[in-house]
Amino acid sequence: MSALTINNLCKAFGGLRVTTDVNLNVEPGERRLIIGPNGAGKTTLFNLITGEITPDSGSIRLFGQELTTVPSRRRAHLGMARTYQIITLFERDTIERNVALALLGLSKARWNPLSVLDRQHDLVDRAHEALHKVGLRHIADRPLTQTSYGERRRVEIAMALAQNPKVLLLDEPYAGLSIDERRDVQQTLRAIPRDVTIVMIEHNMDVALDFAERITLLHFGKVIVEGTRAEVVADPHTREVYLGH
Amino acid sequence: MSGARTQRINTGRAIFLSVAFVALVTLPYWMSGIYYVNVSSQILFYAVFALGLNILVGYGGLVSLGHAGLFGITAYAVAYLLSVGFGHTLAVLLALIIGLICTAVYAALSLRATGIGFIMITLALGEILWGLAYRWISLTGGDNGINVRTRPSPFGFDLNSATVFYYATLIIFLLSVIAVAIFVRSPFGAALMGTRDQPRRMNALGYHVWAIRFWACLLSGLLTSIAAVLFVYYTQFISPQTTALTASAEVLLMVIAGGPATLLGPVVGAALVVVVKNVVSGYIERWNFLLGAIFVAIVILMPEGLVPGVARLWRQGRRALRRRRGAAAVAAPAEPDR
Repeated sequence: MSALTINNLCKAFGGLRVTTDVNLNVEPGERRLIIGPNGAGKTTLFNLITGEITPDSGSIRLFGQELTTVPSRRRAHLGMARTYQIITLFERDTIERNVALALLGLSKARWNPLSVLDRQHDLVDRAHEALHKVGLRHIADRPLTQTSYGERRRVEIAMALAQNPKVLLLDEPYAGLSIDERRDVQQTLRAIPRDVTIVMIEHNMDVALDFAERITLLHFGKVIVEGTRAEVVADPHTREVYLGH
Repeated sequence: MSGARTQRINTGRAIFLSVAFVALVTLPYWMSGIYYVNVSSQILFYAVFALGLNILVGYGGLVSLGHAGLFGITAYAVAYLLSVGFGHTLAVLLALIIGLICTAVYAALSLRATGIGFIMITLALGEILWGLAYRWISLTGGDNGINVRTRPSPFGFDLNSATVFYYATLIIFLLSVIAVAIFVRSPFGAALMGTRDQPRRMNALGYHVWAIRFWACLLSGLLTSIAAVLFVYYTQFISPQTTALTASAEVLLMVIAGGPATLLGPVVGAALVVVVKNVVSGYIERWNFLLGAIFVAIVILMPEGLVPGVARLWRQGRRALRRRRGAAAVAAPAEPDR
């Protein structure tokens, strides 16, 4: 059974068709890269998968379970986690609290108005564990306002990992990072065990190509090319629409 | 280093809170005159009201301009039920239930939007409630309002005495502060603040953003209703003016002036507004003008509100003092030569 199956997915914003008959099949444990020029509909595809926007037609299945009618918040409970291209973190809180909120989202305790969040040791321990994976444990109690851009990118990833997802959607995890920071993130992503399926959008070809097993090329909302790394790189369409010549 | 600093802040806060607590408990003994004891009672129940509104405005990021309408519903409910012959206990309990049910409807309608949309819906709902209070004369008495003839005597304490009423209000006020303090530190409180800062992310993390806001509205409505019960027994009269937009704006002013999303901000804000309204208005006819000027000054000098603003100035002052002392210590070895 596939981890993520997308059939004939369509979405239009008014007259603009941002997703047209997209089919995608991602196997469990796979590392899939989605590439395409600006405006190809990559982030829209993520938003459709996570349910933040509703498709006009088509279906999305997570390990065989139909998701189309499942509200977006429930999809997190079913094992789907994402990061954002534009960093979306809790500015007023510490790094640790950011990750704790990610953990709390899947816990029944999130409805509890009487206990003390900071004394939920189990939650705090698991937050530290997730921060350890991205190499930020030593600054866990630092306020987010005092972190660098690269650290914030890693907090994004830590929050997604903390939820222990089956399918992880990474929206440009390398965007805006320095070479050193990219290497750190690359190591973090490589260390993710194979029971997590990863779909990644990335522009940065040198780090991303290396990571992916299969690549899907989107252009004007359509899948133009799909195949292994070598196939897609060799395909003339890729040169044409993506590499620009 | 940061631990020591937190420790010092905590010690400072503990000292301040203890002094404030002792001052409040002993207030009728050092405050001259029943009038000022009554003003203090007003501050306390308005503080409960502002604490309730702060749940939404400060922690939920939802600015409500119709809370006086909810406040009015409970107050009218108490007054009406008493006037048709219910006992105090039953009237208060039923009024609280009515207040909560109306809050639920109010929340369900206004939570269809956030931001400006939310403000406008709450404003409209508040105005509808004011209109009902004003025109549904058979129920509310219209402009004449409803009189509440007696105050209750819970556990044999006669609330007709200003001092006893003050203590009853103080107990409810302290319980409300404790309740909000617990709420803010709880997982649910953290979730509410998360929906304020990043609703989209919260949804993707698996939170039911709407439901979190709805429950926060109910908690806010409960505190509002409790304050309304105290209010109606205090004034022993309720009229449409209580539910008017100006009343909603006043309590919002308490929250914003004192410091939204802080525990004590609304309390300080309530004290400020009630004192200007009751005490200063005796000396200055145009007290609204003064209140406006104070508000403008707060917005310019400490836009985060009085409580966080004063805390910030205090920290900066200390740091400047320490720097000067540090400079003096460096210069000190030269002194023996003189």
